[in-house]
Amino acid sequence: MTADRIFRGLFALYLLAFVAYLFAPLAIMSAAAFNTSRFPTVIPWQGTTLDWFSAMWADAAMWQALWTSAIVAVLVAAVALPVGTAAALVLTTLHARARSVAYAVMVSPLLTPGVVIGISTLILWRQVGVGGGIVLIVVAQTTFIICYVMLMVMARLQRFDRTQEEAALGLGASRAMVFRRVLLPFLRPALLASGGLAVLQSVENYNTTLFVRGFETPLTVFIATKVRTGLTPAVNALALVIIAATVIGAIAWEIARRRQVTARPRS
Amino acid sequence: MRDLYRRFGPGLATVFLSLVLIWLAAMVLAPNLMMIDYALRPNLPPAELGGPQDVWSLDNVLYLANEGVHRAIFFKTIWASALVALLTLIVCYPIAFWMAQRATPGQLSIALMLVIIPFFINEVLRTLAWFILLAYRGPLNAVLLNMGVIDQPVRWQGDGGVLAGMVYAYILFMLLPIYNAIESLDRSQLEAARDLGAGTVRTHRRVVVPHAKAGIATGCVFTFMLAAGSYVAPALLGSPGSRWFTEIIYNWFFEGGDWNRGAAYALTLLVLCLAVVLVTLRLFRVNLTDVAK
Repeated sequence: MTADRIFRGLFALYLLAFVAYLFAPLAIMSAAAFNTSRFPTVIPWQGTTLDWFSAMWADAAMWQALWTSAIVAVLVAAVALPVGTAAALVLTTLHARARSVAYAVMVSPLLTPGVVIGISTLILWRQVGVGGGIVLIVVAQTTFIICYVMLMVMARLQRFDRTQEEAALGLGASRAMVFRRVLLPFLRPALLASGGLAVLQSVENYNTTLFVRGFETPLTVFIATKVRTGLTPAVNALALVIIAATVIGAIAWEIARRRQVTARPRS
Repeated sequence: MRDLYRRFGPGLATVFLSLVLIWLAAMVLAPNLMMIDYALRPNLPPAELGGPQDVWSLDNVLYLANEGVHRAIFFKTIWASALVALLTLIVCYPIAFWMAQRATPGQLSIALMLVIIPFFINEVLRTLAWFILLAYRGPLNAVLLNMGVIDQPVRWQGDGGVLAGMVYAYILFMLLPIYNAIESLDRSQLEAARDLGAGTVRTHRRVVVPHAKAGIATGCVFTFMLAAGSYVAPALLGSPGSRWFTEIIYNWFFEGGDWNRGAAYALTLLVLCLAVVLVTLRLFRVNLTDVAK
């Protein structure tokens, strides 16, 4: 019995250490944004300041990077949502054998390393004279973000009752109308959630984007370059803002997801 | 196919099919085929393209096999990625077990939130956090010096830093599949094992791990693949002595100016990753359908 108690105590310590491991690096990075020290750190604490936030705010290159990332993210979501939904619908309508082959092909971008997607996209489009830039970033990111949309829409489709469609058809609705008035509203939560996920995946992508960016500098590239060329706590200030925004977004996404899968445990 | 047309009518069905076909043909299939083509051709000046020299050969792949430094980095990337997967597994398994079998519903929802939040923050920032933590005059060294654990600051940047950053970056990809697998284990099996006299270690080895096999395989495969294809962690946390294979590929494209060789290297990485994924899944008898969730 006492051995059991010791074991439990040790495990509680391990849990605490795990939580600390998850959050300490992020906390230290965020705290360093308020330190006057020119190199971002928390020890020694040279004085508390908000100057790094104004330095970040005044950085034109940062705004340019943010703008680039925002444009890319909106375009990616605009392409990935309809294609991903179409893929989910096609896949769920296929017969068993064709479905497993099609499925393997359609999830293959998720099993491909990100750098390879960037490289192959860059090579293909050079043949038609398109070099790295916004267009290629969107194309390369969409290639795999479609998979996420597809998987999320498919999860929702599994619980769709096809008799609703038949009922609507029986009442004289056209097939296009059934899609628009019955299926789309049913998919709405999944579409919202996957739209959010698409934007997030796009903004945070680095490995794929790096190869197809051309002369563009999206936010992740901007931050990674800063680390090499001279890191100041202004980058930490930016990081803190992004973390705050992501956490708020994550909570909103989680709420949407919970509403979508109400009381259905994931197996 | 006929079902699709019957269900949505000719107009919509055609739109859906064309969207999917364009995606698969132009964005998934064509780029990979073109990359293979590039990998097999020599790097020639524009004037000689299509000339007698412009034929398929394995020269670029053989170059990798014969170039000692690159070959060493390639193998190091593979085993280091496997090590990342193993370390992540060791860190995650107890937590996943606790979440799936021991935590109360309240604890579970807090735990899920806590593990998910860091992973909504992008990989570059997570790596930057480790860059700051591990800096030569950074917090970790300062704390260890103060506690008297070390007498001199340690240079964490290098292989150790890369490992730490990667394990941190991929925890969720390991934790969730294992958690999902253990969750479906019936609690009475654990109790039965206990009643029959099995200790903690034995219960895990003979009951929990076999049951969670699929989840463990999935987590390991994903972690391995993400680690092998990562660029940001080695670039930020590595040192010149700890180069990663992706960095070599990058250099062929943007510094060496030899896209053909770069394509061959990227292809090698892709083939290796797919082989590892497929072999592992086959060994553990996991279906691809169960993987991507």
